[in-house]
Amino acid sequence: MLELIQTYWLYFLVGQYPNGPLGGLVLTLILAVMGLLLSLPLGLLLGMARISPWRIVRWPVTALVYVVRGTPLLMVVFWAYFFLPSVTGHKTDQFWTMLIALVIFDAAYLAEIVRAGIQGLPKGQMECARSLGLSYFKAMRTVILPQAMRNSLPSLVNQFISTIKETSLGYIIGLAEVTFIATQINSLVFTKPAQVFGILGLTYFVLCFGLSRFAFWIEKRLERKGLGSRRVEKVAA
Amino acid sequence: MTTFDVQMLLSGQYHDMLVAGFKMSLQYLFYAFWIALPLGLVIALCRLSPFKALRWIGATYVEVIRSIPLLAHMLFWYFGVPELLPAAWKEALYAGPVESICAVVALGVYTAAYMAEDIRSGIRAVPAVQMEASRALGLTYMRTMRLVILPQALRFTVPPLISQTLNMWKGTSIATVIGAAEMMYQAGQVESQSFRSFEAFAFASVAYLAVSLVITFAAIWFQHRYPVRTM
Repeated sequence: MLELIQTYWLYFLVGQYPNGPLGGLVLTLILAVMGLLLSLPLGLLLGMARISPWRIVRWPVTALVYVVRGTPLLMVVFWAYFFLPSVTGHKTDQFWTMLIALVIFDAAYLAEIVRAGIQGLPKGQMECARSLGLSYFKAMRTVILPQAMRNSLPSLVNQFISTIKETSLGYIIGLAEVTFIATQINSLVFTKPAQVFGILGLTYFVLCFGLSRFAFWIEKRLERKGLGSRRVEKVAA
Repeated sequence: MTTFDVQMLLSGQYHDMLVAGFKMSLQYLFYAFWIALPLGLVIALCRLSPFKALRWIGATYVEVIRSIPLLAHMLFWYFGVPELLPAAWKEALYAGPVESICAVVALGVYTAAYMAEDIRSGIRAVPAVQMEASRALGLTYMRTMRLVILPQALRFTVPPLISQTLNMWKGTSIATVIGAAEMMYQAGQVESQSFRSFEAFAFASVAYLAVSLVITFAAIWFQHRYPVRTM
Protein backbone atom coordinates (compact mmCIF):
# COMPACT_ATOMS: atom_id res chain seq x y z
CA MET A 1 0.00 0.00 0.00
CA LEU A 2 2.83 2.38 0.91
CA GLU A 3 4.57 1.55 -2.30
CA LEU A 4 1.39 2.42 -4.15
CA ILE A 5 1.20 5.79 -2.45
CA GLN A 6 4.87 6.53 -3.05
CA THR A 7 4.57 5.83 -6.76
CA TYR A 8 1.31 7.54 -7.52
CA TRP A 9 0.69 10.25 -4.92
CA LEU A 10 1.38 13.15 -7.26
CA TYR A 11 -0.77 11.69 -10.00
CA PHE A 12 -3.51 11.12 -7.43
CA LEU A 13 -3.32 14.71 -6.21
CA VAL A 14 -3.09 16.73 -9.42
CA GLY A 15 -3.46 14.26 -12.32
CA GLN A 16 -1.16 15.00 -15.25
CA TYR A 17 -1.01 18.65 -14.24
CA PRO A 18 2.28 20.18 -15.34
CA ASN A 19 2.21 18.15 -18.57
CA GLY A 20 -1.51 17.99 -19.08
CA PRO A 21 -4.86 19.05 -17.71
CA LEU A 22 -5.30 19.53 -13.96
CA GLY A 23 -6.99 16.61 -12.26
CA GLY A 24 -7.09 14.42 -9.19
CA LEU A 25 -8.00 15.55 -5.72
CA VAL A 26 -7.30 19.19 -6.51
CA LEU A 27 -9.82 19.14 -9.33
CA THR A 28 -12.37 17.51 -7.03
CA LEU A 29 -11.92 20.32 -4.53
CA ILE A 30 -12.03 23.06 -7.16
CA LEU A 31 -15.26 21.61 -8.54
CA ALA A 32 -16.84 21.34 -5.10
CA VAL A 33 -15.87 24.87 -4.04
CA MET A 34 -16.96 26.45 -7.32
CA GLY A 35 -20.13 24.35 -7.33
CA LEU A 36 -21.14 25.53 -3.88
CA LEU A 37 -20.15 29.17 -4.43
CA LEU A 38 -22.08 29.40 -7.70
CA SER A 39 -25.14 27.56 -6.43
CA LEU A 40 -25.38 29.58 -3.23
CA PRO A 41 -26.87 32.75 -4.77
CA LEU A 42 -29.14 30.67 -6.99
CA GLY A 43 -30.26 28.56 -4.03
CA LEU A 44 -30.95 31.68 -2.02
CA LEU A 45 -33.16 33.07 -4.78
CA LEU A 46 -34.99 29.76 -5.24
CA GLY A 47 -35.44 29.36 -1.48
CA MET A 48 -36.99 32.80 -1.17
CA ALA A 49 -39.18 32.07 -4.18
CA ARG A 50 -40.34 28.83 -2.54
CA ILE A 51 -41.96 30.80 0.28
CA SER A 52 -42.83 33.93 -1.63
CA PRO A 53 -46.34 35.26 -1.07
CA TRP A 54 -46.95 35.22 -4.84
CA ARG A 55 -48.23 32.01 -6.28
CA ILE A 56 -46.88 32.74 -9.74
CA VAL A 57 -43.35 32.71 -8.33
CA ARG A 58 -43.89 29.95 -5.80
CA TRP A 59 -45.42 27.27 -8.00
CA PRO A 60 -42.91 26.98 -10.84
CA VAL A 61 -40.00 27.05 -8.41
CA THR A 62 -41.64 24.40 -6.23
CA ALA A 63 -42.10 22.24 -9.32
CA LEU A 64 -38.47 22.76 -10.32
CA VAL A 65 -37.24 21.82 -6.85
CA TYR A 66 -39.38 18.66 -6.84
CA VAL A 67 -38.18 17.62 -10.28
CA VAL A 68 -34.50 18.17 -9.57
CA ARG A 69 -34.68 16.49 -6.18
CA GLY A 70 -36.61 13.59 -7.66
CA THR A 71 -34.07 12.75 -10.35
CA PRO A 72 -30.62 11.30 -9.72
CA LEU A 73 -27.70 13.68 -10.19
CA LEU A 74 -26.43 11.25 -12.79
CA MET A 75 -29.52 12.02 -14.87
CA VAL A 76 -28.85 15.76 -14.60
CA VAL A 77 -25.23 15.18 -15.63
CA PHE A 78 -26.32 13.16 -18.65
CA TRP A 79 -28.83 15.77 -19.74
CA ALA A 80 -26.17 18.44 -19.42
CA TYR A 81 -23.61 16.32 -21.25
CA PHE A 82 -25.83 15.54 -24.23
CA PHE A 83 -27.87 18.70 -24.44
CA LEU A 84 -25.49 21.56 -23.83
CA PRO A 85 -23.68 20.77 -27.11
CA SER A 86 -26.92 20.56 -29.07
CA VAL A 87 -28.17 23.85 -27.63
CA THR A 88 -24.95 25.87 -27.72
CA GLY A 89 -23.66 24.36 -30.93
CA HIS A 90 -20.19 23.43 -29.70
CA LYS A 91 -19.00 20.74 -27.36
CA THR A 92 -18.85 21.77 -23.73
CA ASP A 93 -15.92 20.20 -21.91
CA GLN A 94 -16.43 17.80 -19.02
CA PHE A 95 -15.46 20.30 -16.36
CA TRP A 96 -18.10 22.84 -17.30
CA THR A 97 -20.72 20.18 -17.88
CA MET A 98 -20.13 18.77 -14.42
CA LEU A 99 -20.07 22.23 -12.87
CA ILE A 100 -23.34 23.25 -14.50
CA ALA A 101 -25.01 20.01 -13.42
CA LEU A 102 -23.70 20.44 -9.87
CA VAL A 103 -24.92 24.02 -9.68
CA ILE A 104 -28.42 23.13 -10.87
CA PHE A 105 -28.61 20.15 -8.53
CA ASP A 106 -27.18 21.87 -5.46
CA ALA A 107 -29.29 24.98 -5.94
CA ALA A 108 -32.43 22.87 -5.52
CA TYR A 109 -31.10 21.38 -2.26
CA LEU A 110 -29.84 24.74 -1.01
CA ALA A 111 -33.27 26.19 -1.74
CA GLU A 112 -34.75 23.75 0.75
CA ILE A 113 -32.06 24.56 3.32
CA VAL A 114 -32.74 28.28 2.93
CA ARG A 115 -36.48 27.71 3.12
CA ALA A 116 -36.13 25.67 6.31
CA GLY A 117 -33.84 28.35 7.74
CA ILE A 118 -36.37 31.07 7.05
CA GLN A 119 -39.36 29.06 8.22
CA GLY A 120 -37.48 28.14 11.38
CA LEU A 121 -37.54 31.75 12.49
CA PRO A 122 -40.40 32.98 14.65
CA LYS A 123 -43.18 34.55 12.61
CA GLY A 124 -42.97 37.67 14.74
CA GLN A 125 -39.68 38.65 13.12
CA MET A 126 -41.27 39.37 9.76
CA GLU A 127 -44.34 40.96 11.33
CA CYS A 128 -42.19 43.24 13.51
CA ALA A 129 -40.02 44.30 10.62
CA ARG A 130 -43.04 45.01 8.43
CA SER A 131 -44.81 46.96 11.16
CA LEU A 132 -41.67 49.06 11.62
CA GLY A 133 -42.27 50.18 8.06
CA LEU A 134 -39.75 48.05 6.16
CA SER A 135 -40.77 46.75 2.76
CA TYR A 136 -41.01 42.98 2.23
CA PHE A 137 -37.64 42.83 0.47
CA LYS A 138 -35.90 45.12 2.94
CA ALA A 139 -37.27 43.05 5.83
CA MET A 140 -36.03 39.90 4.07
CA ARG A 141 -32.60 41.31 3.43
CA THR A 142 -31.88 43.03 6.72
CA VAL A 143 -33.87 41.01 9.26
CA ILE A 144 -34.83 37.54 8.05
CA LEU A 145 -31.96 36.36 5.86
CA PRO A 146 -29.06 37.17 8.21
CA GLN A 147 -30.70 35.13 10.97
CA ALA A 148 -31.82 32.36 8.63
CA MET A 149 -28.36 32.00 7.08
CA ARG A 150 -26.70 31.81 10.47
CA ASN A 151 -29.08 29.05 11.54
CA SER A 152 -28.50 27.10 8.37
CA LEU A 153 -24.70 27.35 8.53
CA PRO A 154 -24.24 23.73 9.71
CA SER A 155 -26.53 22.51 6.91
CA LEU A 156 -24.48 24.51 4.43
CA VAL A 157 -21.29 22.77 5.51
CA ASN A 158 -23.12 19.44 5.18
CA GLN A 159 -24.20 20.42 1.69
CA PHE A 160 -20.58 21.19 0.89
CA ILE A 161 -19.68 17.67 2.01
CA SER A 162 -22.32 16.21 -0.30
CA THR A 163 -20.99 18.37 -3.11
CA ILE A 164 -17.53 16.89 -2.63
CA LYS A 165 -19.06 13.43 -2.78
CA GLU A 166 -21.14 14.33 -5.82
CA THR A 167 -18.12 15.44 -7.83
CA SER A 168 -17.20 11.74 -8.02
CA LEU A 169 -19.90 11.37 -10.68
CA GLY A 170 -17.64 13.32 -13.03
CA TYR A 171 -15.97 9.93 -13.45
CA ILE A 172 -18.85 8.81 -15.64
CA ILE A 173 -18.35 11.54 -18.23
CA GLY A 174 -14.57 11.06 -18.15
CA LEU A 175 -13.65 14.06 -16.01
CA ALA A 176 -10.20 13.47 -14.49
CA GLU A 177 -11.19 14.00 -10.85
CA VAL A 178 -9.93 11.84 -8.04
CA THR A 179 -12.21 8.82 -8.61
CA PHE A 180 -11.30 8.74 -12.29
CA ILE A 181 -7.61 8.97 -11.45
CA ALA A 182 -8.05 6.11 -8.96
CA THR A 183 -9.58 3.86 -11.61
CA GLN A 184 -6.72 4.76 -13.93
CA ILE A 185 -4.17 3.88 -11.28
CA ASN A 186 -6.13 0.67 -10.71
CA SER A 187 -5.77 -0.32 -14.35
CA LEU A 188 -2.06 0.58 -14.31
CA VAL A 189 -1.33 -1.49 -11.21
CA PHE A 190 -3.95 -4.08 -12.04
CA THR A 191 -3.27 -6.45 -9.14
CA LYS A 192 -4.31 -4.37 -6.13
CA PRO A 193 -7.86 -3.09 -6.62
CA ALA A 194 -8.77 -3.32 -2.92
CA GLN A 195 -5.81 -1.15 -1.91
CA VAL A 196 -6.34 1.42 -4.66
CA PHE A 197 -10.02 1.90 -3.88
CA GLY A 198 -9.27 1.68 -0.17
CA ILE A 199 -6.94 4.66 -0.54
CA LEU A 200 -9.60 6.47 -2.55
CA GLY A 201 -12.17 5.86 0.20
CA LEU A 202 -9.71 6.93 2.87
CA THR A 203 -9.04 10.17 1.01
CA TYR A 204 -12.71 11.05 0.81
CA PHE A 205 -13.15 10.01 4.43
CA VAL A 206 -10.41 12.30 5.74
CA LEU A 207 -11.80 15.23 3.77
CA CYS A 208 -15.48 14.75 4.56
CA PHE A 209 -15.08 13.62 8.14
CA GLY A 210 -12.96 16.68 8.88
CA LEU A 211 -15.65 18.90 7.42
CA SER A 212 -18.46 17.15 9.26
CA ARG A 213 -16.59 17.73 12.55
CA PHE A 214 -16.37 21.37 11.50
CA ALA A 215 -20.16 21.50 10.96
CA PHE A 216 -20.65 19.89 14.36
CA TRP A 217 -18.37 22.47 15.95
CA ILE A 218 -20.31 25.35 14.36
CA GLU A 219 -23.57 23.84 15.59
CA LYS A 220 -22.27 23.56 19.16
CA ARG A 221 -20.92 27.09 19.01
CA LEU A 222 -24.23 28.49 17.80
CA GLU A 223 -26.02 26.59 20.53
CA ARG A 224 -23.67 27.86 23.21
CA LYS A 225 -24.30 31.40 22.12
CA GLY A 226 -28.01 30.69 22.35
CA LEU A 227 -28.42 31.18 18.61
CA GLY A 228 -29.19 27.67 17.47
CA SER A 229 -32.49 25.91 17.61
CA ARG A 230 -33.77 25.32 21.13
CA ARG A 231 -33.92 21.71 22.28
CA VAL A 232 -35.68 19.64 24.90
CA GLU A 233 -33.90 17.02 26.94
CA LYS A 234 -33.68 13.68 25.16
CA VAL A 235 -34.39 10.11 26.23
CA ALA A 236 -31.15 8.31 25.58
CA ALA A 237 -27.44 8.91 25.01
CA MET B 1 -33.14 18.03 -33.80
CA THR B 2 -35.46 15.39 -35.18
CA THR B 3 -38.94 14.92 -33.83
CA PHE B 4 -39.64 13.13 -30.59
CA ASP B 5 -40.41 9.50 -31.44
CA VAL B 6 -42.93 8.29 -28.91
CA GLN B 7 -43.47 5.04 -30.78
CA MET B 8 -39.98 3.90 -29.94
CA LEU B 9 -40.73 4.12 -26.24
CA LEU B 10 -44.05 2.30 -26.46
CA SER B 11 -42.98 -0.87 -28.24
CA GLY B 12 -40.13 -2.65 -29.89
CA GLN B 13 -36.63 -3.57 -28.87
CA TYR B 14 -35.71 -0.24 -27.23
CA HIS B 15 -38.92 -0.23 -25.24
CA ASP B 16 -38.07 -3.69 -23.94
CA MET B 17 -34.57 -2.63 -22.96
CA LEU B 18 -35.76 0.43 -21.07
CA VAL B 19 -38.52 -1.43 -19.28
CA ALA B 20 -36.10 -4.20 -18.33
CA GLY B 21 -33.79 -1.53 -16.89
CA PHE B 22 -36.65 0.02 -14.95
CA LYS B 23 -37.59 -3.34 -13.45
CA MET B 24 -33.97 -4.00 -12.59
CA SER B 25 -33.71 -0.64 -10.79
CA LEU B 26 -36.84 -1.40 -8.80
CA GLN B 27 -35.40 -4.78 -7.82
CA TYR B 28 -32.18 -3.12 -6.65
CA LEU B 29 -34.25 -0.75 -4.55
CA PHE B 30 -36.19 -3.64 -3.04
CA TYR B 31 -33.19 -5.82 -2.14
CA ALA B 32 -31.03 -2.94 -0.96
CA PHE B 33 -33.86 -1.75 1.28
CA TRP B 34 -33.91 -5.11 3.05
CA ILE B 35 -30.19 -4.85 3.65
CA ALA B 36 -30.25 -1.21 4.71
CA LEU B 37 -33.18 -1.24 7.15
CA PRO B 38 -32.14 -4.15 9.41
CA LEU B 39 -28.49 -3.12 9.29
CA GLY B 40 -29.45 0.48 10.05
CA LEU B 41 -31.56 -0.66 12.98
CA VAL B 42 -28.69 -2.71 14.40
CA ILE B 43 -26.28 0.21 14.02
CA ALA B 44 -28.75 2.61 15.63
CA LEU B 45 -29.19 0.25 18.60
CA CYS B 46 -25.40 0.00 18.88
CA ARG B 47 -25.16 3.78 18.97
CA LEU B 48 -27.76 3.99 21.76
CA SER B 49 -26.41 1.07 23.79
CA PRO B 50 -24.97 1.56 27.28
CA PHE B 51 -21.71 -0.14 26.23
CA LYS B 52 -18.98 2.17 25.07
CA ALA B 53 -17.43 -0.33 22.65
CA LEU B 54 -20.73 -0.86 20.81
CA ARG B 55 -21.36 2.88 20.67
CA TRP B 56 -17.91 3.36 19.20
CA ILE B 57 -18.46 0.68 16.55
CA GLY B 58 -21.77 2.23 15.56
CA ALA B 59 -20.37 5.75 15.37
CA THR B 60 -17.36 4.63 13.34
CA TYR B 61 -19.55 2.75 10.88
CA VAL B 62 -21.79 5.76 10.33
CA GLU B 63 -18.97 8.30 9.98
CA VAL B 64 -16.81 6.19 7.71
CA ILE B 65 -19.58 5.07 5.38
CA ARG B 66 -21.19 8.49 5.11
CA SER B 67 -17.92 10.24 4.32
CA ILE B 68 -17.28 8.22 1.17
CA PRO B 69 -19.26 8.77 -2.05
CA LEU B 70 -21.57 5.98 -3.16
CA LEU B 71 -19.63 5.75 -6.41
CA ALA B 72 -16.43 4.92 -4.50
CA HIS B 73 -18.37 2.31 -2.49
CA MET B 74 -19.56 0.68 -5.70
CA LEU B 75 -16.07 0.60 -7.19
CA PHE B 76 -14.64 -0.81 -3.99
CA TRP B 77 -17.25 -3.56 -3.71
CA TYR B 78 -17.03 -4.46 -7.36
CA PHE B 79 -13.27 -4.34 -7.98
CA GLY B 80 -11.81 -4.62 -4.50
CA VAL B 81 -13.87 -6.97 -2.39
CA PRO B 82 -14.00 -10.03 -4.70
CA GLU B 83 -10.17 -10.01 -4.70
CA LEU B 84 -10.15 -10.32 -0.94
CA LEU B 85 -12.50 -13.29 -0.83
CA PRO B 86 -11.33 -16.92 -0.65
CA ALA B 87 -11.08 -18.57 -4.06
CA ALA B 88 -14.18 -20.75 -3.66
CA TRP B 89 -16.39 -17.79 -2.71
CA LYS B 90 -14.95 -15.76 -5.51
CA GLU B 91 -15.85 -18.44 -8.02
CA ALA B 92 -19.37 -18.69 -6.64
CA LEU B 93 -19.73 -14.92 -6.85
CA TYR B 94 -18.54 -14.71 -10.44
CA ALA B 95 -20.92 -17.52 -11.39
CA GLY B 96 -23.84 -15.30 -10.43
CA PRO B 97 -24.87 -11.78 -11.47
CA VAL B 98 -21.81 -10.23 -9.85
CA GLU B 99 -22.54 -6.61 -10.84
CA SER B 100 -26.02 -6.73 -9.38
CA ILE B 101 -24.90 -8.36 -6.15
CA CYS B 102 -22.11 -5.83 -5.63
CA ALA B 103 -24.39 -2.91 -6.49
CA VAL B 104 -27.11 -4.02 -4.09
CA VAL B 105 -24.65 -4.67 -1.27
CA ALA B 106 -22.91 -1.31 -1.78
CA LEU B 107 -26.22 0.52 -1.88
CA GLY B 108 -27.57 -1.27 1.19
CA VAL B 109 -24.42 -0.78 3.24
CA TYR B 110 -24.28 2.89 2.25
CA THR B 111 -27.92 3.69 3.01
CA ALA B 112 -27.81 1.77 6.30
CA ALA B 113 -25.52 4.46 7.73
CA TYR B 114 -28.08 7.15 6.95
CA MET B 115 -31.02 5.08 8.18
CA ALA B 116 -29.19 4.37 11.44
CA GLU B 117 -28.93 8.09 12.10
CA ASP B 118 -32.61 8.64 11.34
CA ILE B 119 -33.70 5.85 13.64
CA ARG B 120 -31.40 7.07 16.39
CA SER B 121 -32.53 10.67 16.18
CA GLY B 122 -36.17 9.53 16.12
CA ILE B 123 -35.74 7.75 19.42
CA ARG B 124 -33.78 10.66 20.85
CA ALA B 125 -36.43 13.16 19.80
CA VAL B 126 -38.88 11.83 22.37
CA PRO B 127 -38.66 14.10 25.43
CA ALA B 128 -37.05 12.51 28.49
CA VAL B 129 -40.04 13.37 30.69
CA GLN B 130 -42.04 10.75 28.78
CA MET B 131 -39.74 8.07 30.11
CA GLU B 132 -39.76 9.54 33.60
CA ALA B 133 -43.53 9.90 33.69
CA SER B 134 -44.23 6.35 32.61
CA ARG B 135 -41.60 4.90 34.95
CA ALA B 136 -43.22 6.90 37.76
CA LEU B 137 -46.54 5.30 36.82
CA GLY B 138 -44.92 1.94 37.53
CA LEU B 139 -44.17 0.61 34.04
CA THR B 140 -40.95 -1.34 33.56
CA TYR B 141 -38.20 -0.04 31.27
CA MET B 142 -39.06 -2.46 28.47
CA ARG B 143 -42.81 -1.82 28.73
CA THR B 144 -42.16 1.93 28.69
CA MET B 145 -40.07 1.55 25.57
CA ARG B 146 -42.68 -0.55 23.83
CA LEU B 147 -45.82 1.31 24.86
CA VAL B 148 -44.68 4.91 25.28
CA ILE B 149 -41.36 5.74 23.66
CA LEU B 150 -41.28 3.68 20.45
CA PRO B 151 -44.79 4.57 19.19
CA GLN B 152 -43.86 8.24 19.49
CA ALA B 153 -40.38 7.72 18.04
CA LEU B 154 -41.84 6.03 14.95
CA ARG B 155 -43.69 9.20 14.04
CA PHE B 156 -40.40 11.05 13.97
CA THR B 157 -38.54 8.22 12.25
CA VAL B 158 -40.73 7.11 9.36
CA PRO B 159 -40.67 10.32 7.26
CA PRO B 160 -36.84 10.55 7.18
CA LEU B 161 -36.67 6.80 6.52
CA ILE B 162 -38.95 7.27 3.54
CA SER B 163 -36.74 10.05 2.26
CA GLN B 164 -33.70 7.78 2.66
CA THR B 165 -35.57 5.28 0.51
CA LEU B 166 -35.90 8.05 -2.05
CA ASN B 167 -32.15 8.62 -1.92
CA MET B 168 -31.63 4.91 -2.36
CA TRP B 169 -33.84 4.94 -5.43
CA LYS B 170 -31.74 7.69 -6.94
CA GLY B 171 -28.60 5.85 -5.84
CA THR B 172 -29.53 2.82 -7.95
CA SER B 173 -28.53 4.91 -10.99
CA ILE B 174 -24.89 4.88 -9.88
CA ALA B 175 -24.75 1.10 -10.37
CA THR B 176 -24.28 1.92 -14.04
CA VAL B 177 -20.55 2.53 -13.39
CA ILE B 178 -19.94 -1.13 -12.66
CA GLY B 179 -21.96 -2.17 -15.69
CA ALA B 180 -25.07 -3.35 -13.85
CA ALA B 181 -27.95 -3.40 -16.30
CA GLU B 182 -30.24 -0.98 -14.48
CA MET B 183 -32.24 1.86 -16.02
CA MET B 184 -29.42 4.37 -16.44
CA TYR B 185 -27.27 1.74 -18.15
CA GLN B 186 -30.08 0.70 -20.47
CA ALA B 187 -30.81 4.33 -21.33
CA GLY B 188 -27.15 4.72 -22.25
CA GLN B 189 -27.30 1.55 -24.37
CA VAL B 190 -30.41 2.70 -26.18
CA GLU B 191 -28.81 6.07 -26.74
CA SER B 192 -25.68 4.60 -28.27
CA GLN B 193 -27.57 2.11 -30.43
CA SER B 194 -30.33 4.35 -31.72
CA PHE B 195 -28.68 7.80 -31.43
CA ARG B 196 -31.92 8.96 -29.87
CA SER B 197 -30.58 10.44 -26.68
CA PHE B 198 -33.62 12.62 -26.05
CA GLU B 199 -36.13 9.75 -26.02
CA ALA B 200 -33.95 7.42 -23.98
CA PHE B 201 -33.12 9.98 -21.31
CA ALA B 202 -36.66 11.31 -21.24
CA PHE B 203 -37.92 7.82 -20.47
CA ALA B 204 -35.39 7.33 -17.70
CA SER B 205 -36.00 10.80 -16.22
CA VAL B 206 -39.76 10.37 -16.16
CA ALA B 207 -39.43 6.90 -14.64
CA TYR B 208 -37.06 8.11 -11.91
CA LEU B 209 -39.26 11.10 -11.24
CA ALA B 210 -42.47 9.08 -11.09
CA VAL B 211 -41.13 6.66 -8.49
CA SER B 212 -39.55 9.55 -6.55
CA LEU B 213 -42.83 11.43 -6.42
CA VAL B 214 -44.68 8.33 -5.22
CA ILE B 215 -42.13 7.97 -2.40
CA THR B 216 -42.29 11.69 -1.56
CA PHE B 217 -46.07 11.66 -1.37
CA ALA B 218 -45.92 8.57 0.83
CA ALA B 219 -43.86 10.62 3.30
CA ILE B 220 -46.27 13.55 3.14
CA TRP B 221 -49.24 11.20 3.59
CA PHE B 222 -47.65 9.57 6.63
CA GLN B 223 -46.94 12.92 8.25
CA HIS B 224 -50.50 13.98 7.61
CA ARG B 225 -51.97 10.71 8.86
CA TYR B 226 -49.74 10.34 11.91
CA PRO B 227 -48.72 13.87 12.90
CA VAL B 228 -46.06 14.34 15.56
CA ARG B 229 -47.77 15.10 18.82
CA THR B 230 -46.49 18.09 20.68
CA MET B 231 -46.85 18.46 24.40
